[in-house]
Amino acid sequence: MSIRINPDLCAGCGNCREVCPGSLLFKEKESNKTYIKYPEECWGCTSCLKECKFEAISYYLGADMGGGGTTMYVKEENKELHWHITRPDGKKKIITIDTTKANSY
Amino acid sequence: MDIKREKLYTDILIIGGGTAGCYAAITIGEKSDKKVMIAEKANIKRSGCLAAGVNALNAYIVKGKTPEDYLEYVKRDANGIIREDLVLTMSERLNGVTRHLEKLGLVILKDEKGDYVTRGDRNIKINGENIKPILAAGVYKHDNIQVLNKVNIVDYIIKDNRVLGAYGFSIENNIFYVIYARGVICATGGAAGIYKPNNPGFSRHKMWYPPFNTGAGYAMGIREGAEMTTFEMRFIALRCKDTIAPTGTIAQGVSAPQINCAGETYDRNYGAPTTANRVYSTVEENRRGRGPCFLRTKGIGKRAEEELLKAYLNMAPAQTLKWLERGAGPSEENVEIEGTEPYIVGGHTGSGYWVDTNRQTTIKGLYAAGDVAGGCPQKYVTGSLAEGEIAAEAVMKYIAAVLQQEVLCEEEENKFREITGYLKNPSGIYTVGQLEEAMQKIMDEYAGGISGSYGYNEVKLAVGKNRIREILKLAYKLHGEDFYDLMKIYELIDRLVVAEAVIAHLEARKETRWHSFQENLDYPGLNDKDYFLYINSVFKDGEIRIIKRPLVDRRQTYEHQN
Ligand SMILES: Cc1cc2nc3c(=O)[nH]c(=O)nc-3n(C[C@H](O)[C@H](O)[C@H](O)COP(=O)(O)OP(=O)(O)OC[C@H]3O[C@@H](n4cnc5c(N)ncnc54)[C@H](O)[C@@H]3O)c2cc1C
Ligand code: SF4
Ligand code: SF4
Repeated sequence: MSIRINPDLCAGCGNCREVCPGSLLFKEKESNKTYIKYPEECWGCTSCLKECKFEAISYYLGADMGGGGTTMYVKEENKELHWHITRPDGKKKIITIDTTKANSY
Repeated sequence: MDIKREKLYTDILIIGGGTAGCYAAITIGEKSDKKVMIAEKANIKRSGCLAAGVNALNAYIVKGKTPEDYLEYVKRDANGIIREDLVLTMSERLNGVTRHLEKLGLVILKDEKGDYVTRGDRNIKINGENIKPILAAGVYKHDNIQVLNKVNIVDYIIKDNRVLGAYGFSIENNIFYVIYARGVICATGGAAGIYKPNNPGFSRHKMWYPPFNTGAGYAMGIREGAEMTTFEMRFIALRCKDTIAPTGTIAQGVSAPQINCAGETYDRNYGAPTTANRVYSTVEENRRGRGPCFLRTKGIGKRAEEELLKAYLNMAPAQTLKWLERGAGPSEENVEIEGTEPYIVGGHTGSGYWVDTNRQTTIKGLYAAGDVAGGCPQKYVTGSLAEGEIAAEAVMKYIAAVLQQEVLCEEEENKFREITGYLKNPSGIYTVGQLEEAMQKIMDEYAGGISGSYGYNEVKLAVGKNRIREILKLAYKLHGEDFYDLMKIYELIDRLVVAEAVIAHLEARKETRWHSFQENLDYPGLNDKDYFLYINSVFKDGEIRIIKRPLVDRRQTYEHQN
């Protein structure tokens, strides 16, 4: 269970570093970009994903909990959360959640 | 390393800006102009239990029910061992804090008449994904609240059994803080990571309870001789396999029963349907060769499946990813379930500070609210808010009559040297990670972890106690490179302190009151004659001393005796 940050997409804004409840995200000295120092300490809460406006952070399941390479990132637009899921074969799925509506269950 | 030192002053210090801490601050912000400071080890926007979001408000008095009904439910579930005064005073506030939370911005489902839509007898449906940012925004509205993010608190400042503030440090800016306050609320949550987790390898932090809530508040209290209660009532959650995501949403949302490998429902074969028995029944089915166990979701249909995918994204996104990863959702495959490792968490069970009815601990001026406070199980989100409110009101009254006091500079200096001493320790053979693994293994094998189906006996506990003490000695020699490392060292030390207290409590209750949660193999039955009481403890002269206390009635206002 962890996240990966794509350095090519990271703009170094630092928002994800601020919110991680475990303070696991650090700044690269030279580039200001963010990296996860202890990937095995990630709780998988997705707080960092929700802060990133650049789709730089992707979320995956560790192989020890059944992960097979599918990743997920989230984009917020007009009170909607769009969860983008990409399977290893490239197949994509988007699940949209209206944040102004309650869960059905 | 350049270490800065700062001394800060405030009227009320709140340690931990989670659910209870933020709400306590908002309460004070709304009701007075007293200065409040929140010291939070992460950032209040997403710290603690609420980081990923929550699924429902689990504690609400629905139409036709009363706070007394809620109390009766909690009492039944805890097999009688609750503080009725605490549960009742909490229950009376559940609906008030819910309305307040809605005003702050939480989306709550309503029917055509404008009433909240309920789920079962006590829950209401919400969109809980952004519940923590909503609380944080509520805090920032008040000018008299100052938030110190990324400040880890490690010990109280105490004089003559009265709290004067706390010591801590910034994990980002190398600042050592001495914070003086006239009153203090501890709201650091419970303790995870004491036992070997379900996923002990790479995904070790994919646990139910936040791995960053390490029992700091318990440990700080224990070190100062505060009385603690009911640590033997551990919480073990029944969760979706691997992702450790909640099962209630499926069980209640689509009415999915628990079934064993033969497809038989089994939970009613193991006594009353309490929270503990739901775990116990699953553990027993596995032990008797009838595992794995599942929630029967096959056939719920695609629409229900889509709703579940969404509901989980709002609180436990790993579960949605798991379904998509497998290419088979809950309508096609039943969801496998398992019991987690034990946690110490006063918002679900009764473990925590022994408080009076106003939530004051046995240390004067120190209040506790939320998962860190004992005697009041099943508080969940709204109960934690309610306790934050009760503690806030009480601390405001308390500080009206006390002046700010300080300790001698020499004492501050000693603490500075003690804390920063880890930066000077030579780096040795062991790391925090290695000692944490050792602690978790000992607790698992000798103090009733997953591997032994949560059971233990006195001989095992005695071995466990000695080993935990040995590891604690090694922990005091650890070396830290920077203040982040220092936080990790304190997290380990705090967990070890809590682990020793858990062992002492498990040993003291010579019966089995709650299956799985407290499974004493030397005394497998219930013994109401001798143990219909609280097991409390106080750490004194290097030993944990057990105190047995009689039950407190709902009509009583409980005060500490000196
Ligand atoms: C994953 C999960 C899902 C849940 N789902 C639901 C649900 O659907 N419905 C429901 O009603 N309840 C739910 N609960 C229960 C509920 O969320 C908790 O009981 C409640 O939030 C506890 O509040 P708290 O303030 O005690 O702890 P928290 O909100 O965790 O706050 C503790 C705070 O203290 C900080 N802290 C810890 N140590 C230190 C230190 N040394 N110095 C400074 N700060 C520190 C932490 O970072 C954290 O911010 C859930 C709990 C979890 C873990
Ligand atoms: S939020 Fe995104 S862009 Fe900003 S630092 Fe983090 S990864 Fe980089
Ligand atoms: S998912 Fe949560 S715990 Fe993991 S790095 Fe992101 S914010 Fe931190």
